[in-house]
Amino acid sequence: MTEWAWLLPALPAVAAALGLVGWRLVPGGPAVVAIVGSAGALVVAVALVVAVEGDPARVHESARAWTPIGGIGLNVGTRVDGLAAVVAVMVCVVALLVQVYSTAYMAGDPRYSTYAAEISLFTSAMLLVVVASDLFELLIGWEVMGLCSYLLVGHYWQTEGARAAAVKAFVTTRIGDTGFLFGIFVLGVGAGSFDVSAVTAGAGSMPHTTVVAGALLLLCGVVGKSAQFPLHVWLPDAMAGPTPVSALIHAATMVAAGIYVVARLYPVFLAAPVALTVLGIIACITMLGAALAAFAEDDLKRVLAWSTVSQLAYMAAGLAVGGWTASVWHLLTHAAFKALLFLAAGSVLRTVGTNLMSEMGGLWRRMPLTFGTALVGAGALAGIPPFAGAFSKDGILAAAREHGGGLGTSVYVVGLVTVFVTAAYVTRLVLRTFLGSYRGHARLHEAPLVMTGPLVLLAGFAVLLGAPVLPSSYGVRSWFGVPAGSEPLHVGIGGVLLTSAVALLAVGLLAWQHRRQPATDPIDALGRAALPLRRAFWVDEAYSAVLIRPVHALAAAVVEIDRRGLDATVVGTGRTASLAGGGLRLLQNGNVQAYLSALVIGVLIVVISVSVAVAA
Amino acid sequence: MHLSLAVGLSALLFGTGVYGVLARRNAVAVLMAVELMLNAANLDLVAFDAWFKDNLHGGQVFALFVVVVAAAEVGVGLAIVLAVFRLRDTVAVDALTQLADRDPPARADTVASDSAP
Repeated sequence: MTEWAWLLPALPAVAAALGLVGWRLVPGGPAVVAIVGSAGALVVAVALVVAVEGDPARVHESARAWTPIGGIGLNVGTRVDGLAAVVAVMVCVVALLVQVYSTAYMAGDPRYSTYAAEISLFTSAMLLVVVASDLFELLIGWEVMGLCSYLLVGHYWQTEGARAAAVKAFVTTRIGDTGFLFGIFVLGVGAGSFDVSAVTAGAGSMPHTTVVAGALLLLCGVVGKSAQFPLHVWLPDAMAGPTPVSALIHAATMVAAGIYVVARLYPVFLAAPVALTVLGIIACITMLGAALAAFAEDDLKRVLAWSTVSQLAYMAAGLAVGGWTASVWHLLTHAAFKALLFLAAGSVLRTVGTNLMSEMGGLWRRMPLTFGTALVGAGALAGIPPFAGAFSKDGILAAAREHGGGLGTSVYVVGLVTVFVTAAYVTRLVLRTFLGSYRGHARLHEAPLVMTGPLVLLAGFAVLLGAPVLPSSYGVRSWFGVPAGSEPLHVGIGGVLLTSAVALLAVGLLAWQHRRQPATDPIDALGRAALPLRRAFWVDEAYSAVLIRPVHALAAAVVEIDRRGLDATVVGTGRTASLAGGGLRLLQNGNVQAYLSALVIGVLIVVISVSVAVAA
Repeated sequence: MHLSLAVGLSALLFGTGVYGVLARRNAVAVLMAVELMLNAANLDLVAFDAWFKDNLHGGQVFALFVVVVAAAEVGVGLAIVLAVFRLRDTVAVDALTQLADRDPPARADTVASDSAP
């Protein structure tokens, strides 16, 4: 079965190509093409899981040489193990549900066919990253995802904000990708092959400097793609795209790719503890900072975007402290509950017609299904049992505790604080959106079945993905082949009770505040201290001052130099030539006799000179 | 008869022809001046033919050719002069300056200043 894994990226790619050029040939149009493509990929992914789960640690590879470049050849092929198969199922499920949801959400959009095809391409690129057996193959998927995020974030290109956000997403991730590319070079040359298996196997025997340099460079790409500090700024702005796209980007593709690559190349990072420490520090900063920024945000989608940044930091922190299984598991549960939350948000936004929570409230009466499923997602995000996020998040914290040392302790402490902040902003989100009284003017109604169906399914996943942990932690571990050197997954009752107590404390605090002053936003209770939170700690402003404005000034200077210097030289040359030519033009007066006179004079001069020369 | 007399006369004729072509305003007079130059050449051809005592009389034969060509040239030339007169009511050569390089509508420097931002 595993030799058919190439179908995984191929089917959505075909759907994308067909959706772009040939959807008029297909009965049912672009929606059918897109849904059949993702459903086909899902079938393949499920079959792969069935095929590999007998022995998830075993790697099934089928690759062939592609093109020889220099000394090290490039292969193209697939590499499937438990991790790849399970993540592929996750990607396909979310992509399929997003496609189904989009048929209703994007109904009437004039560019729906392009949109659906781009989502298919996005899915295909992510699946290519998941099954790639060669680092360059992986890079292709990685870069195509960057392109797709640009296209989809800029779907509403008529608006200034969407255009700026698309460019910001593209450029910011691009900065990281440059490092990623060079990381691939370093590791590939160090291992003598760009094969994922060869690189992971050879990581231990490479020179230490090579591994560290390679891992740190790869980390640049991961930080960009997975929106970690300091390259996190693109993700909140990417909310300018359609909401189902946000669900896809935040749950299944793009940001998940960064974490997945670290998990996939984990032996490389284990061989370079410095890189893991850097990752852990970045994750700690991002985790807490993003959660605090989420607490102050009024835009519903941006709250969710910040929460994605924060949750991805959990996964990165888990990987940094050796909690490989917990991190990958959190990737899966996060995919379920974040897709759920975004799709629920989409269902809300479509009805109320605004992103601002200050114009929502009290929606639970009119949208009970959306409210119920969103509550499940919120519970999972906040880390309250029995929802899946609680267990996977606790797995990461447990791994940090067991890892110990400065890094483990700081991840544990920051993680626990972030649990509190997370529960606080999730509660605020639910309070401001669904509870209280409605502050807007739209006519509220529940979303159609095509949109609520995926919500219910995802809510099911958000609960069930936590189930494997209940009897023992063995269930999760058996899904993936755990790389040697990572901490085993330990989810204890004590840890879960502690995190959920912390989370419930935050929930209770906000509920009490809400009961006291139902009309005010909880963030207002912080007073002036809320300002850094509202501005997301001025990171955008800092970039603007340090990078963007100097670059603009430099560009303006270059334009000026070009205009005054280079361009003026060119124009001056032209003017001088035409002035000089102007003198000669006077001779061309149209009088034939003048021409002939010149001719005769010329002939006389020649004759006289020749005669003189001959005589001499 | 000494050669120099014939060649001198020929040079005189040719100089008169050149003067006529360059200085006369009437197109018919210009054509006549051209004839003068051609015939100056003919005179040279015949004179040198006699001087060198050429058995084949190439100079004389060549002079006959020139006479024929000159006749044809005058035919064409007068036809052009007639056509010009019908069009423009004048045969003054210095008035026919339509092929002068006059200022075009877009000069080179205006194009250059367009390209500057």
